[in-house]
Amino acid sequence: MLRGFLMFAIMFALLALVGFMQSWPLAFAILNLCLISAIMSLGVNIQWGYAGLLNVGVMGFVALGGLAGIVITMPPVTEAISAGGGGVLLALLVAAVTIGIVVLLYHRLSGKLRGIAITLILLAGAFAARAVFDPAVEAIEAVDSARTGFLGGLGLPAVVAWPVGGLFAAAAAWIIGKVSLGLRSDYLAIATLGISEIVIAMLKNEDWLTRGVKNVNGLPRPVPYEVDLQSAPWLIDLSERWGIPVVEMSSVAVKLCYAGLFTVVLLIVLSLSERALKSPWGRMMRAIRDNETAAEAMGKDVKARHLQVFVLGSAVLGIAGAMLTTLDGQFTPASYQPLRFTFLIWVMVIVGGSGNNWGAVLGGFVIWFFWVEAEPIGLWLMDVLTSGLAEDSALREHLLKSAAHMRLMTMGLILLLVLRFAPRGLIPERS
Amino acid sequence: MMDILNTLALLGNYLIVPGITYGCQLALGALGITLIYGILRFSNFAHGETMAFGTMTVILLTWAMQSVGISLGPLPTALLALPFGIAATVLLLLITDRYVYKFYRQQRSTPVIYLIASIGVMFLYNGLIRFVIGPDDRQFNDGTRFIMKAREFKEMTGLREGLAIKSSQGITLIVTILLVIALFWFLNRTRAGKSMRAYSDNEDLALLSGIDPDRVVMIAWILTAALATIAGTLYGLDKSFKPFTYLQILLPIFAAAIVGGLGSPVGAIAGGFVIAFSEVAVTFAYRKVFGYMGYEVDGLMQLLSTDYKFAVSFAILVIVLLVKPTGLFSGKSY
Repeated sequence: MLRGFLMFAIMFALLALVGFMQSWPLAFAILNLCLISAIMSLGVNIQWGYAGLLNVGVMGFVALGGLAGIVITMPPVTEAISAGGGGVLLALLVAAVTIGIVVLLYHRLSGKLRGIAITLILLAGAFAARAVFDPAVEAIEAVDSARTGFLGGLGLPAVVAWPVGGLFAAAAAWIIGKVSLGLRSDYLAIATLGISEIVIAMLKNEDWLTRGVKNVNGLPRPVPYEVDLQSAPWLIDLSERWGIPVVEMSSVAVKLCYAGLFTVVLLIVLSLSERALKSPWGRMMRAIRDNETAAEAMGKDVKARHLQVFVLGSAVLGIAGAMLTTLDGQFTPASYQPLRFTFLIWVMVIVGGSGNNWGAVLGGFVIWFFWVEAEPIGLWLMDVLTSGLAEDSALREHLLKSAAHMRLMTMGLILLLVLRFAPRGLIPERS
Repeated sequence: MMDILNTLALLGNYLIVPGITYGCQLALGALGITLIYGILRFSNFAHGETMAFGTMTVILLTWAMQSVGISLGPLPTALLALPFGIAATVLLLLITDRYVYKFYRQQRSTPVIYLIASIGVMFLYNGLIRFVIGPDDRQFNDGTRFIMKAREFKEMTGLREGLAIKSSQGITLIVTILLVIALFWFLNRTRAGKSMRAYSDNEDLALLSGIDPDRVVMIAWILTAALATIAGTLYGLDKSFKPFTYLQILLPIFAAAIVGGLGSPVGAIAGGFVIAFSEVAVTFAYRKVFGYMGYEVDGLMQLLSTDYKFAVSFAILVIVLLVKPTGLFSGKSY
């Protein structure tokens, strides 16, 4: 208990140090992403720490949450909706009906006939849906494509997008879980790796939904804008009293608002996770994790419990993903990289202490902090190490330029060292 | 008649030749995955980066050779650099095994722990590669570009459709055939190979009959290094070398290994071709084919845009998991 408290204290001291040595807006920017990372880390911890499920597609669920950021908060593009909204809906309906028929046939027929019938229905459904879908999409993307060219969203407040992001991710997780749970553990890993790549491909290419690589900018915010604050008398007053420039002050104020909102979400998720872990349900999950065969012999439905916990964890990832889009104020599909959004989160959980929620949160803070700070530290280190070389030395230039890649190596090294020498993490699971 | 020949040439040019090449590359990659799976019993997520590392050393050596004026004439210099690249990769993998995986073997850890360790290794390699050669695209094929140009084919046969065969495609096929023959000869005929298969089938029984596990593991890493370097280099010669694509190719490679049956070398090869041909066939635009068959159609007649080629590997993976989780050649599903 004391150990965990101390570590969090050190963490906040480090953040304060960044504030003093670099700048306060930077310190709060890091803090905000630390909070989001902590929520992602909690999501993975629910899957891995509670149940031992390996999700290598964190990126996909986070991105699906991000999609909710657009679909919920952006104002609707009425012209586009009247041009192609109906067509898209109809196409989705055709697809749904096709899948319904396939499921029905799967249960009614058997043998070779089933395979042939299902293939034919699927092909027919695909062509029918495409026939409606393609012209509708073309019509949508033609509407002022430089500015919009997509359907827009529902125009609801940003906070609504967060739980919806969780729902999106949960739906995807249910499908993946249905297919790959109950088989050996690596299969879930590979299936999730696949779905995350497909989600990103979809977000990059379905311009009617996400504008694709043209990005969606200017998502509505749940907090005030810096420009408005800069003319607010109370802020000008404060900045004069503390001797901080107004611009910096407004930036810190906005980031503090975000930090407040994110802290509330983090605390809600954390307290729910803690209660779940301590409940009989949590004990059952750990029992399944530690000995599946024994748990199954006791009459626990292992596959159903795994599906449940997988969906819950993914929902948390989706919530964090939506929050991230809100914080960024934009949705850029190309920014989703597996190393950043999948494997980094894994490092957070392992380093923090898998199975312990507080550990996962701490891991999120620590790893994000070093992920951001590794670059200046690495650059400084390289500069010192190569200071013996001539100013224009090609080797020195190459090393300085490549210092940015140091952090990948650092993360790999941290993961391997923790896994080997402290496999229970910074704050170990209570046994 | 001409229409049929034209259709065949068209399909050959856009489906069969690229499919075979891609299939060879995936098969070699999947063989590496399946070997490690058979012997060390975990899915090696660092395999894509291993391929990238091997290719990188080959590229660096190619540049060194080019700068002193060594070349293979019409063949790419990379082929000459290949053995040295393999040696470097073997060294890297053996060092990794010594300092990372060996510990977990002694602890008798579960496969999941190995998998997470392999993620750490992936990060490490990834950083190493970007640190040395950078994240940019690199072309290193300096041999002749084509075995047969589309224009030559047209002049030769008088057809309207050309059939081009790039030299990298020919090299891929020949190298793969030779390598697969050598690999199966090794696994089926030599003492070391037989002990590997025995170890893969039943670890306890193999240990009882006096097979040295450390040796088996070492041979598995050496073979994997060779396969990964060759697969990576062939892929790089055929397309281009970009570190990020080697991270992305992990999915089709895993799909190939699982579709064939994890742990089964024959399955890995079959799986590679299944994935490759489905990917090419589903993302091919059939419009011209319909044209030659006498149907004028609007649109590209493409089932899926090439942006979704990962979806194809994934869909096949899902079907196999649903229908036959052990894969086509009954690997291990436990």
